[in-house]
Amino acid sequence: MSSNRIWQSTVGKKVVMAITGIGLMLFLVVHLAGNLLLFVPDGGVAFNKYGAALKDMGALLYVIRGGLLAFFLFHIVAAIQVYTSKKRARAGRYALETSKGGPSKLSVSSKSMIVTGVVLLIFVPLHVWMFGMNKGAPPPMVMIDGSEVKDIYTMVATSFNQLGIVVFYVGTMLFLGFHLRHGFWSALQSLGAMNPKWTPAIYAAGFVFALLLAGGFLLLPLYFFFFVDVPVAGTGGDM
Amino acid sequence: MKVQVKVWRQKNADDPGRFETYPVEGIIPEMSFLEMLDLMNEQLLKRGESPVEFDSDCREGICGTCGLVINGMAHGPKCACTTCELRMRDYQDGETITVEPFRAQGFPVIKDLVVDRSAFDRIISAGGYTSVNTGSAPDANVLLIPKDTAEKAMDAAVCIGCGACVAACPNASASLFVGAKISQFSLLPQGEAERKRRAVRMVEQMDREGFGNCSNHAECEAACPKSISIENIARMRREYMKGALTEA
Ligand code: HEM
Ligand code: FES
Repeated sequence: MSSNRIWQSTVGKKVVMAITGIGLMLFLVVHLAGNLLLFVPDGGVAFNKYGAALKDMGALLYVIRGGLLAFFLFHIVAAIQVYTSKKRARAGRYALETSKGGPSKLSVSSKSMIVTGVVLLIFVPLHVWMFGMNKGAPPPMVMIDGSEVKDIYTMVATSFNQLGIVVFYVGTMLFLGFHLRHGFWSALQSLGAMNPKWTPAIYAAGFVFALLLAGGFLLLPLYFFFFVDVPVAGTGGDM
Repeated sequence: MKVQVKVWRQKNADDPGRFETYPVEGIIPEMSFLEMLDLMNEQLLKRGESPVEFDSDCREGICGTCGLVINGMAHGPKCACTTCELRMRDYQDGETITVEPFRAQGFPVIKDLVVDRSAFDRIISAGGYTSVNTGSAPDANVLLIPKDTAEKAMDAAVCIGCGACVAACPNASASLFVGAKISQFSLLPQGEAERKRRAVRMVEQMDREGFGNCSNHAECEAACPKSISIENIARMRREYMKGALTEA
């Protein structure tokens, strides 16, 4: 059967959502693991080295970025189609809509996936522009192991000392938490990888995963805002 | 006992429809919900008004004909219960009860609370059968099926096709119905021959009928009068993908 026919089907569409969603979640795990280096109290050496190592990946880095962008776009296109199909399919509103509880997983998270998703959609380009491209300005540089690398530590620390940016980040990460609370288990169910024996455990794991991931990303801006002063650019090196 | 019924009135598919509120008197708590509606209709007839149309047949929870959204819940507040099994003792004296039809693009309203569920028949026609003649019933234990598997097939086959899953789903998705119908065959040897084609065809027919995609809210399982598990939706997805990836 053609891949287009699978993509056009409701089941195929959700399989794409799930695969891309899992890909994006894996990226977030790696991204957070890297970012935890920001907590190392060495003035940014470890984090800047990590940044330099990423850059040294060369072409591979561009392949990964391209893949992430493709995943992101497919996820969004599928999300919009799932959302519009649902609007069409209801045909007439209920005066009352009440959950029966019991085995239902209907929740604030599950009902607001499109809202939390759109917040992430607005956030990601802004985030890339701010930290990936230093808002278009030349980034601060620092000497590490005898070569000049980007001082991304100073860049992050400077931004996270601004109240507006901290509020924006913390706020967005709350939305991310809600997206993942339903997304984690939903992705497995979409792939057909669910078994009632495991459902309670996996549903609970989704909560823990969302809490850890959103919590981890959320603590970073708070940590800088409350505990780290703006460093002098170029001091985060080993000289 | 006395209640107010705020009920959906709609002359036909083209009428936009509206709510009317009718008082119903002389209810005894042991009455079923449908008997209360019968009483309401008698009282309407006495006043010279037209009775409210609604569907029912067996009135014992086995045929799947009845189906109303009561106070925002398909088949009322109880899990594992059809509308006809619901009793008035679950309601308070003097309460206002909101009664609506199942609302879905795939289930157009015919009149008042009666909807056209023939979309389900067309999904079954697309593949919910075995086309080989299996003859008369074989001797017991000729075809050995592990007990767990047989139980799972039965748990799916208890579906009475009422459509509450569609009514309760925020997306008006028919995934639980189709998942159950695909599962009951895919688990048993009799369904093996047409397994892949069946899954693909039934899913594609479901899509053509205008039901929404499944967001895994699992509200369908809560609304299902037979408590059919969303495990069957997971199985439908596996069956569809296997079929779609390997069938030409
Ligand atoms: C960091 C980025 C993101 C991650 C990690 C992520 C993760 C996930 C996961 C794992 C799922 C579950 C998939 C499934 O139900 O099969 C999901 C669902 C969903 N995502 Fe995302 N997502 C991200 C960004 C977005 C964006 C930008 C949108 C934009 C609109 C979006 C909209 C949705 C929607 C609407 C659903 C629910 C689909 C449904 O109702 O069935 N997501 N997401
Ligand atoms: S009338 Fe048969 S199930 Fe309710």
